Amino acid sequence: MTSTQSPPRRSRLDNELRAQLAVPSRLSAGGRGGTGFGTFLASLGGTSRSVTAKIVSFAVTIAVALIAALPIVYLSGSNAQVALQALIGGSWGSPQAVAETFVQTIPLLITGLAVALAFHGGIFNIGVEGQLIIGALAAGIVGATQHLPGSLLLLASLASGMIAGALWALIPALLKAYRGVHEVVTTIMMNYIAINISTFAVTTGGPFAAKTQPSATEKVPLDAQLPVITPGTRLHAGLFIAIAVIVILMWVLYRTPAGFRLRLMGANPQAAAATGISLPRTMITAMLGSGAIAGLAGAVQVLGVYGRYFDGFSPGYGYSAIAVALLGALSPVGIAAAALFFGTLDAGAVQLQAVAGISREMVSVVSGLVVAFVAAQPAIFRLLHHLQRTVLAGRTARRAAAPVLPPPINGDNDLISAGLDNKEVL
Amino acid sequence: MRSAAVRLVDISKSYGDVWANKDISLTVEEASIHGLLGENGAGKSTLMKILFGMVSPDSGLLEVNGQPAAFRSSADALEHGIGMVQQHFSLIGTFTVAENLILGRGSQSFGGRWVKRLDLKAAAQRTRELSDRFGFGIDPFALCHDLSVGARQKVEILKALWGGATTLVLDEPTAALSPPEAEELYEVLERLRREGTTVILISHKLPEVMRLCDRVTVLRDGAVVGDREIALAARRPGGQRAAMEADLVQLMIGRERPVVSQRAPRDLPPVLSIRELSDGKRIDGLDLTVNGGEILAIVGVEGNGQSELVELLIGQRKRISGAVELDGTDITALSTKQRFDKGLAHIAEDRHASAIADSMSLTDNASFGFIDGAPFAPTPFWLSRRLRSRFAALLVARQNVRASSPDALIESLSGGNQQKLVVARELARAPRLMIAAQPTRGLDIASTTAVHEALLALRDRGSAVLLLSLDLTEVFTVADRIAVIRGGRIVGESPIATADATQIGQWMSGAASKEPV
Ligand SMILES: Nc1ncnc2c1ncn2[C@@H]1O[C@H](COP(=O)(O)OP(=O)(O)OP(=O)(O)O)[C@@H](O)[C@H]1O
Ligand SMILES: [Mg+2]
Repeated sequence: MTSTQSPPRRSRLDNELRAQLAVPSRLSAGGRGGTGFGTFLASLGGTSRSVTAKIVSFAVTIAVALIAALPIVYLSGSNAQVALQALIGGSWGSPQAVAETFVQTIPLLITGLAVALAFHGGIFNIGVEGQLIIGALAAGIVGATQHLPGSLLLLASLASGMIAGALWALIPALLKAYRGVHEVVTTIMMNYIAINISTFAVTTGGPFAAKTQPSATEKVPLDAQLPVITPGTRLHAGLFIAIAVIVILMWVLYRTPAGFRLRLMGANPQAAAATGISLPRTMITAMLGSGAIAGLAGAVQVLGVYGRYFDGFSPGYGYSAIAVALLGALSPVGIAAAALFFGTLDAGAVQLQAVAGISREMVSVVSGLVVAFVAAQPAIFRLLHHLQRTVLAGRTARRAAAPVLPPPINGDNDLISAGLDNKEVL
Repeated sequence: MRSAAVRLVDISKSYGDVWANKDISLTVEEASIHGLLGENGAGKSTLMKILFGMVSPDSGLLEVNGQPAAFRSSADALEHGIGMVQQHFSLIGTFTVAENLILGRGSQSFGGRWVKRLDLKAAAQRTRELSDRFGFGIDPFALCHDLSVGARQKVEILKALWGGATTLVLDEPTAALSPPEAEELYEVLERLRREGTTVILISHKLPEVMRLCDRVTVLRDGAVVGDREIALAARRPGGQRAAMEADLVQLMIGRERPVVSQRAPRDLPPVLSIRELSDGKRIDGLDLTVNGGEILAIVGVEGNGQSELVELLIGQRKRISGAVELDGTDITALSTKQRFDKGLAHIAEDRHASAIADSMSLTDNASFGFIDGAPFAPTPFWLSRRLRSRFAALLVARQNVRASSPDALIESLSGGNQQKLVVARELARAPRLMIAAQPTRGLDIASTTAVHEALLALRDRGSAVLLLSLDLTEVFTVADRIAVIRGGRIVGESPIATADATQIGQWMSGAASKEPV
């Protein structure tokens, strides 16, 4: 009646159902109509409506943040139009500018994916910054000290960056899985340790300090660095690595048992455990993966941008990554869009200062506002809804006692509420 | 005729191409108990959420106490004297009762909201007054997750009544209650009616509907199919009542109440044997054997170790001593996953806590426990979405689950349909031992029978079923043998054919233990 042999590779399943599964039937929903990118995206995540909702919430959040930045731009004595022109020109105005935008985007993108991976399992990996630094340091050390043929050394450096990042994440993961220590606390502590270890490693007199350059390792041989892909710019092959990470993460999250276990743990840990998923193991795997991606981001910076490990190279990528992941609603494609937005701001900052005469710190103000509005998304949607309602109520009043009820605050039939619902998960 | 407390006129609401409500009109008299009946997914909860301002109708009109009303939120509805107890608990476990009751209440003004001190003392005082008024005996300072299910249900009712509601909507309030707790609730409702409160009661339990309601409205597929006055004579058990019940069933499902077929007893070797099992806390030297082809019902007063026993069996609780054997092999050292592979299946008592994940799709929820190995994941690098979605469609067809598509969020299914999916999923494991805890919680009459039939079919295939149920009718319908649990051990067993209700009652309360049986 039942199949009991080789349990690990075969789910125990009612024989009749197993037979029915083998024959495609009219009942199945496999052959839903509709093709195209939207359907493809929808098939990866939830329904297409939630994709639309994510896009709406993304756009609204950015728009609100930019509007909120206007008074500050005005106060700093510039004109919004000039500022915007400088910002766009500096980030998308020329091939060089575009390349620079991508250079700024890459670390945000990869670290954003690292944060999202853990987040899907309900784990707050605030330690991406530390994992990034340790990964960068490991890549820099291996690249500068090992004697291997070029491409092999490149691979070894990237791999050591990932391993170092993963191991750095393993400590909080073990503490969480077996001792219940909250990961937010431990990962933050690990960040400080990472920063200080890396500073020690490359200060003058430290074990890996360069002879000619203070606070850095020796240079990685040129043939073991990530090649520049558009000559005359800094844009390096790390872009392909970032794209590969997006694709792999989408596949892992939505098309593998491990991704399913992770998402189920994030959605309802008790149900996950009760249906046979080992929470400690899933948690540790997730943190290892997240740490490895963060370490990879560090290695890519070292091997693609600087050619060596520099102390303090990260302006807080690991923290911006949290905002990137949230703005991207944890979906890999959304995170790419969010990272591109922040990358645009960073790249445009130079022009902003040169042309519009606005201090480049103004860009930090805008990113800060975006972060704030990401956090405030539910409130924004509530406000929008309120406006929509008042307008609607006004209209119905003019039409005199229409027998239609206004939508409730927590309505379920419009995009704005859908966006709101989406955000409540975060 | 008394005046109408609530009037709903031509309410319609659709989700995609599903009409949850279609031109529903309903008048509820003041100071009466009005029943709302219908199969799973008939649209009862949706209609009441519309009345409570949680869902906006596509069209229709709402009247409260003769005045047209338009609620934009449940806060609005509360202000108009309408309170609602949802199908699922909405209390925050780590908050006290009083804190839960004032959540989201209070001043709407800026000063009131942000500047004024939160007066917890007054809230506790008021909680105590309200609780005393209904004889609930609830401690305002108790944390909600420490309360029993019955007590939590009472807190939900207090929450609905807090703002002085004159109309109270209860969505399947007794689904999770034991018979004595339900009895207490009935008395509260009768008292509320005497004091002038209007009650709308959604229920699948005909006896309670017959006992309490003055009038019932029956929904089917989102539309009203009938409206009946329940005569006083029909409220007492007897001939007229049976006729009335049959009439309501006919209205609800369009045919007569299905009967569960009875089967002859079997004699197969034990599937589950538990010896001297202890967890050091709630389970204390428990012995139990369930044979193949047998349905064993465990009954007992809630909190006597039922949940803990289940957790021990599925490997979610630490055992300190004793043995558990499944088909002759010891499973105490196995993980939950390994036990499932050995032939265990589990219909969880609390669906939302441990059987489904609200934010995932129907397809994902149907896949729990099937994600390792063929056919869905032949390698660790691939989990087929197409096959899982086909699998979900098969389960949906098997248990007659009503859902718009396999991609729909499980949240969008009606409560009963979620339960049907869980049951179908667990049956799909081809279990040797099915642990069924409240398997028909929230199910309508036809689905309840379908689940009973499925359990009996398992039994006929030689599997064992461990049934935990608060519903004695259910126990007597399907079980072969009945065992009573008290204080973490089995205190009495009896074949169902010779089971004696008084004896079982004594075992449950502990009265019998003093005298030799
Ligand atoms: N948010 C939603 N999105 C999509 N469909 C929904 C949603 N809410 C309800 N439905 C659909 O509307 C129909 C009615 O659901 P409702 O919850 O009102 O049923 P019910 O009568 O309360 O059933 P039950 O007895 O199982 O609780 C169902 O088919 C359900 O799938
Ligand atoms: Mg319902």
